[in-house]
Order: sequence, then C-alpha cells, then structure tokens
Amino acid sequence: MTVPLAASPLSHPFFLHAFLAGTAIAAACGLVGYFLVLRAQVFTGDALSHVAFTGAMAALAFGADLRLGLFAATIAMALLFGTLGRKARPDDVVIGSVFSWILGLGAFFITIYTTSRSTTNGTAGISVLFGSIFGISSSSAVVAALVAAGVGLLVVLIARPLLFATLDEAVAAARGVPVRLLGYGFLALAGISAAEATQAVGSLLLLGLLAAPAGAAIRLTDRPYRALALSAGLAVLEMWAGLFASYAVPKMPPSFAIMAAATAVYAATFLIRRPVPGPRTRTVVPTRT
Amino acid sequence: MLLAETGAPTWSWNLLTDFQDMWSYPFMVNAFRAGAVVAVVSAVVGWFVVLRRQTFAAHTVSAVAFPGAAGALLLGFSAVYGYFTLCVAAALVIAALRGGGEHEESALTGTVQAFLLASGFLFTALYRGLLEGPQTILFGTFLGITSSQVSVLTVVGAVVLAVLALIGRPLLFASVDPQVAGGRGVPVRALSVVFLVLLGAATAEASQITGTLLVFALMVIPAATAQVLTARPALSLTLAVLLAFAATWLGLTAAYYWPYPLGFFVTTIAFAGYLLALGRRSLREVLGRTRAGAAPGAKEVVA
Repeated sequence: MTVPLAASPLSHPFFLHAFLAGTAIAAACGLVGYFLVLRAQVFTGDALSHVAFTGAMAALAFGADLRLGLFAATIAMALLFGTLGRKARPDDVVIGSVFSWILGLGAFFITIYTTSRSTTNGTAGISVLFGSIFGISSSSAVVAALVAAGVGLLVVLIARPLLFATLDEAVAAARGVPVRLLGYGFLALAGISAAEATQAVGSLLLLGLLAAPAGAAIRLTDRPYRALALSAGLAVLEMWAGLFASYAVPKMPPSFAIMAAATAVYAATFLIRRPVPGPRTRTVVPTRT
Repeated sequence: MLLAETGAPTWSWNLLTDFQDMWSYPFMVNAFRAGAVVAVVSAVVGWFVVLRRQTFAAHTVSAVAFPGAAGALLLGFSAVYGYFTLCVAAALVIAALRGGGEHEESALTGTVQAFLLASGFLFTALYRGLLEGPQTILFGTFLGITSSQVSVLTVVGAVVLAVLALIGRPLLFASVDPQVAGGRGVPVRALSVVFLVLLGAATAEASQITGTLLVFALMVIPAATAQVLTARPALSLTLAVLLAFAATWLGLTAAYYWPYPLGFFVTTIAFAGYLLALGRRSLREVLGRTRAGAAPGAKEVVA
C-alpha cells in the first residue's frame, strides 16, 4: 500500500470513521480471538456473534436502539454459556442447541420488525448480518473505538493469569488463580467484542476476525505473548487491507474484503513451515506472581 | 405474504378438516413431503454429529449453503446445485485440513465459515436480481418447493441413509472410542471423511427448507434431546427421527397459520422439546437423589 493511494481515501469522513472504528475493533478482536482459539472456544464466539443478530433485531422490533440489543444479548448469552458449562467452558451440543434456537428467534423478530412497524429500513437485518462499516457515523465511530480500546486493555491486563488458567487449569487453580472468575470475565469480554464488531463486519462474519488472525498467529509462533501481539497486529492489518481494497473496488463489500484478507493470511501460514515441527507441547508459562 | 394468498386460514381445532384444508394447496403438500424427508435424514446424520461432538463443523457446513445458493444464482444455475457443490466441498476442506489439534481445527473451521459467508454476501451484492435478498436463503421458505425438488430430496436422502446404514456400525465404534476402534483396524480417518461428506449432502438438502442458518437446528437439537432422554443407541436414534419429524410438521402447520418464518417455529418447537428433556433429567436426578438418600454415583452418565 503506497502512501499516495492511502492518502486519498482518508480524506473522506466516512472512510476515516470506518478506519478509526475498524482499527480498534480489529485489535480487540485479535486479542480476544487469540484466547478464544487457545481455549478452543471458537464455537462459543460463533454462537455469540449469531446471538448479536437476534439481540439487534429484538431491539429494533421493540423500537429500542440497535446497539442496546447487541450488547445486552451478547453479554447475557456469554454469561449463560459460562453457567451452562463446567468451569465456564460450555459444551458444544448445548451451545448448538441454544444458539440455533436464538437464531430462529432472530428470524421471528426480523419479521415483526419488517411487517408490523411501518419502516423504510427494510435492510436493517442485512446490515446487521453482514455489517456496514462504511455507514458508521462519527459519534458511533468514537464510541466503538473507545469500547474496543477498553476491551483490548482489559484483555492485556488479564492476559497473564488468563494464559496460565488456559494452559494449565489445574495448576493455575492450585496456585490461587481465580479460574472460574477469569472464565466468566473472558466470556463477557468476548461478548462485548462480538457486539462491537457486529457493527463493522456483521454478525455472520465477525467469526473470521476472531478466528483467522489468531489461528495464523498460533501457527507462526509458539510463544504466547508474541502470538497475542501478532494476532492483534494481523487483525488490524487485515482490517486496513480490506478497507482500502473495498474503497478501490466499490463493488466489493468491505466485510468481504476484510474476510478475504484475513483468510488469505491464514491460508498463507499453511505454506510456511512451523517454527517447531511435530505436535506442539503445552507451553510453560512463567508462574512467578 | 401467505395470508394474502390463502385468504387468512384459521385453525379450527378439527384436525381432519384442518389438514384437508392445508393439503388442498400443492405447495403445502410438497412442503410437508420435503419436510418429512429432510427431518428424517438430518435427524439421523445429526445423531452422529452430536455423538461425535462435531456440532461446530456441522454449523459451518450448513452456513456454507448460503454462498453456494447465492453463487449458483449469480452464475445462472439453480440454487440446488450450489447447495450441494459448496456443502460437500466445505466438508471436504474441513476433512482434508483436520488433525492439527483442537485449537487449530476450530480456528480453521471458523475461518472457512466466515470466509464463505462473506463470499455469499459478495455474490448477493453482485447479483441484483435476487428479489428477496439473502434473508430467504438464510432463514428458509417453504412456499416454492416443487415436486421435482421433492424427488431430488428423496433420492439424495435415500443415498445418504443407505451409506450411513452401511458404515453405521464401524462409525458408531469410531465415534464412541476412536483409539480402540483404530487399534482394532477400523479406518477411523476414512470414516470421518465419508461422514463429513454425508453431512454436507444432508445439509444441502435441509438448507432448501429451513434456510442455511437453521438446518443446524434440525440436526443438533432433536439428536441432543434424544441423547438426553436415553443412552441406548437404537432407541435414541429413533427418538431423534421422531422429534425432528414432529418439529418440522408442527412448524409447517404453524407457519401456515401465522405469518412468521418457518425456521422460527421449527427451532422453537425443537428447543422446547430439548428443554423439556433437560427438565425431565434433572427432575429424575433430584428424585433419584432423595430416594437413594444422596447416594454417591447417582449422577446419570450421558453417552
């Protein structure tokens, strides 16, 4: 990406808002996603992102602000998933059953919204499903960036104990790390970032932002902190690449461009040889507290 | 949409006349037929999905039906081809790249899913002629099912069930205890690939009725409910089929009378059954505990 090419889109306010919100959201998703992948909770992230759709549709159907529904639904569902699972790690089948019902409920709310409220915004469902990052207003871009920055900061703050609890739960618990509380806290953070990212890439696609950079980072390095940073960095770069690509080719929706960039990077890591061949052993975390 | 066509049908509580009334429309008859086929096939496949804990893969394969349909329409083919091509292809990709350990597998599945959904979005954005937009593909419709579609569904469903019947026994073994099965010479990996392909085909079928996002409900919820109710394989398999069948037909009936999406009714009925099953299990646990005087080991073991 050359500078003159980058300079022109940034002069448009809509692009600037997308850039600001997108950068913060991508960084938060990269950080949260790393732990989602490491804790093998990608499916939980997937479920949370779909719940975001129902939340948004319910809020619209009842005439409330869309974002209220997004956050309320995802955080409530994150905590519910935590409760359903042992040690705040829910079971696959339970997640599957709950969230497919929630999606059905989303279909119900979207019908209510589009039929009973005489609205002109018939595409609200589509933009929640697939995101509309170029439609973010300046005030919501600032809010999105602040919330995402808060999520990222919290993840970095709890990274050390969370890593310990993730890699060796039993030892961590024995050393007095509040494993269960961390599990809940992390799920709540995942819920917040899912709600946040829905505005940018849509509830169906944000899984790519959670899983792909983290998956790539884990393939590239075995060292936890480096992988965490790499995951966030890759997510941000992929977001930028997607935004500029979609600006250059207007027919291409930005969400698709971002997903394509993320997938390309992840696919590329399959071509690179792993730093340590053979099955990865559990990384030992320094336990000094 | 439906109300305008049929002149606001009302439920009369007389089952015979109600069904006669509903089945006087060819599209409803087709919908009920297709629903029956889909329910049976997805319940059987879904039973193995739940047993093998592959719900995430199942969800991904089903989500992929959306870009399949959108892509086929964009290229000028019938959506059916798109469903089958992409669902089976995604199943093969997941099968081919598996085996990198737990986290890698889930990251990979998630990425495949998000990318293909994004492609579907691109296709619908490019294809302006798609009247109802992505919503119909995503959440399903039962209005446009033709008789020829029903026969295709039946044939594919029969093939899927036949293959499953052939590999059922070793697959069950490989699902319950892969290590021992591998040790006894059961081709665990090959079975897993074949199973994923079957999953793809079954999903492609069901997507046409319930929409790509809700197929998964028909696969996972009845099977999960059945496995909560009983640990015996044959019995729970039968139960899963019956539950899926009931959810589909009840859902179709409800969707005929109320102007809400079919997917909503099917998922809600299935999920209500699941909650009832969970309630029954915890009730039994409580009763068993009081009867046994809080005996240790009263916890029920679920397969």
